[in-house]
Amino acid sequence: MMSTLMNHLPVLVVLLPAFTAMTLLLLGDAGSDEHGGHGHARLQWARRIALGSGLLGLALAALAVQQASEGVLQVYRVGDWPAPYGIALVLDRLGALMLLLTALVALPALWYACGGWDGHGRHFHALFQFQLMGLNGAFVTGDLFNLFVFFEVLLIASYVLMAHGLGRERLRVGLQYVVLNLAASALFLVGVALIYAKTGTLNLADLALRVAEVQGPDAALLKAGALILLVVFGFKAALLPLAMWLPATYAASCAPVAALFAIMTKVGVYAILRVHGVVFGVGAGDSALVAEPLLLPLALGTSVLGVLGALAANTFQRLVAWLTVASVGTVLVALGLYQTAAWAAALYYLVNSTLVVAALFLLAELLAAQRGVAGARLEPASALAQPALLGLMMLLGAASAAGLPPLPGFIGKLMLLEAAGPHPWQVPVWCVVLGAGFLTLVGLARAGSILFWHVREDLPATASGASAKLLLPTLALLTATVAMSVFADPLQRYTQAAAEQLLEREAYARAVLGPQALSEPTTRPYRFEPPAQETRP
Amino acid sequence: MISMEFLVASGIGFVTALGIYLLLRGRSYPVVLGLSLLGYAVNVFIFAMGRLWQSAPPILGSGAVCADPLPQALVLTAIVIGFATTGFVIELALRSRQEGGTDHVDGRRDAPEAPAAAEPRP
Repeated sequence: MMSTLMNHLPVLVVLLPAFTAMTLLLLGDAGSDEHGGHGHARLQWARRIALGSGLLGLALAALAVQQASEGVLQVYRVGDWPAPYGIALVLDRLGALMLLLTALVALPALWYACGGWDGHGRHFHALFQFQLMGLNGAFVTGDLFNLFVFFEVLLIASYVLMAHGLGRERLRVGLQYVVLNLAASALFLVGVALIYAKTGTLNLADLALRVAEVQGPDAALLKAGALILLVVFGFKAALLPLAMWLPATYAASCAPVAALFAIMTKVGVYAILRVHGVVFGVGAGDSALVAEPLLLPLALGTSVLGVLGALAANTFQRLVAWLTVASVGTVLVALGLYQTAAWAAALYYLVNSTLVVAALFLLAELLAAQRGVAGARLEPASALAQPALLGLMMLLGAASAAGLPPLPGFIGKLMLLEAAGPHPWQVPVWCVVLGAGFLTLVGLARAGSILFWHVREDLPATASGASAKLLLPTLALLTATVAMSVFADPLQRYTQAAAEQLLEREAYARAVLGPQALSEPTTRPYRFEPPAQETRP
Repeated sequence: MISMEFLVASGIGFVTALGIYLLLRGRSYPVVLGLSLLGYAVNVFIFAMGRLWQSAPPILGSGAVCADPLPQALVLTAIVIGFATTGFVIELALRSRQEGGTDHVDGRRDAPEAPAAAEPRP
């Protein structure tokens, strides 16, 4: 039983949310009746099923991490088609870590949504599961085109979730979000097609071997394909010139959705690491390190832009959204250093920043609910009902986001600064990472002092505090970040091993393509070139 | 004699240009049209990346030549996804127009129109 479960683990993490979503669709929708679905028996059942599936997903992800931490590289050939022809799902340390992070963010977000948001629109739970299916699929797939398909699955669920709750602002921002993403998807296809045209494969393991063999003018086209993919992944991750869509979108979404979206930018980061870090990384022949000259400066710029945006934000949600941009910038700086130690720091910081940002998004709504008409706007308003509790939560989140010791944000940044030591860009990296941390602290201190201390005495204090249903999920996310600090040592070793595993191209290729992959000449063509056109009379 | 490659390449380029032009317009309807055109161009592009073939079946058979079947399979997937997303974006644009009262992508209100000429009374 257990071995069957473990054998099918890579596909189970995709199938579980898929079947849960279908069950929820069959159960029918409870959010559309005139009472908004609250207290409806169907909604209660949908909540139970969704939360149960979320817990099961967390258990599966924990199993995956446990298995991967022993160094197992599990390959699952869907339909048992041999590797470069069929689709292979691969579960390595990086993929397992991302699965666990997804489950860790999704479960509290779902729990929070069960506090009432899920009744404000239709099919919330089913869409949430479809989004999880796309996320999990993107993290286990070992095929570039399959990555595109899972991107689309998670995006189309996110389009609807983003507009959940409707309202003019959400629909306006939602339309822009959808149009931008569709344009990015078109570019994704162009990049994939160019890479296929030059290598004849889209399997990531096979690509890693073949990219090195493409030379000369062919390599130029291949590089163009890789850079187009950098634009696409950079857009998803909110890299500098393509980051402007993020704050408006995340600030307009409802809190549980924004918390879940905290992981969506990380999908872009993950894809950059897989494609530009590994496939087009060191040892890729003429196309090696194609993204390196762009990635580091743009990532540094993203960090600066993010904290400046956070300083200028006029609502707390926008501030957190800009902090998401800043944290993505820091992670990409670490990726751009192209060193194992820096990648380990990137993964550690990525996990921490995702949890913190998700917690802050939930906290933003708790705060807004207790401030009367001012909502989340950063202006004096009526006194909070639970200033001590929310204040402590805010302090914890802010300290971790800014990277104050002993919280994990500090540990991640310290790892990054150490790794940047011998790099020629050491000075700019240190300046930006430390400066961004300081400005984050200033921005959050400004927001905190307005939210908690600038109380307008003329307005009555809000009577009712947040219910435990909403407080506990937020606390759970913050606890997870503190736990990252407590278990920093095993986590650090895990991320270090994950970064090292990424660079073992040959072991990866052997696992996916079979033991003969390296001994056979890989230049065998998958297709014939068309014969030269006969001259016509 | 113009080669098939030249015709297909310039065709893709032309449709892409049209798509990008429409994508940059301010009203949601041209934007949706632009996305569709861009989608068509990309689909033909993927198809062309398997090289252009004449009278070659996309399946290994008795013949010596065979066209690359994989881009054709990729295109099918891309077409299905593109169709679904286009349907969704149209619906979203309609809802946005209903709720916001304008089909401008930035939600900008239309300039108040000059009052319509009074209907002639009988």
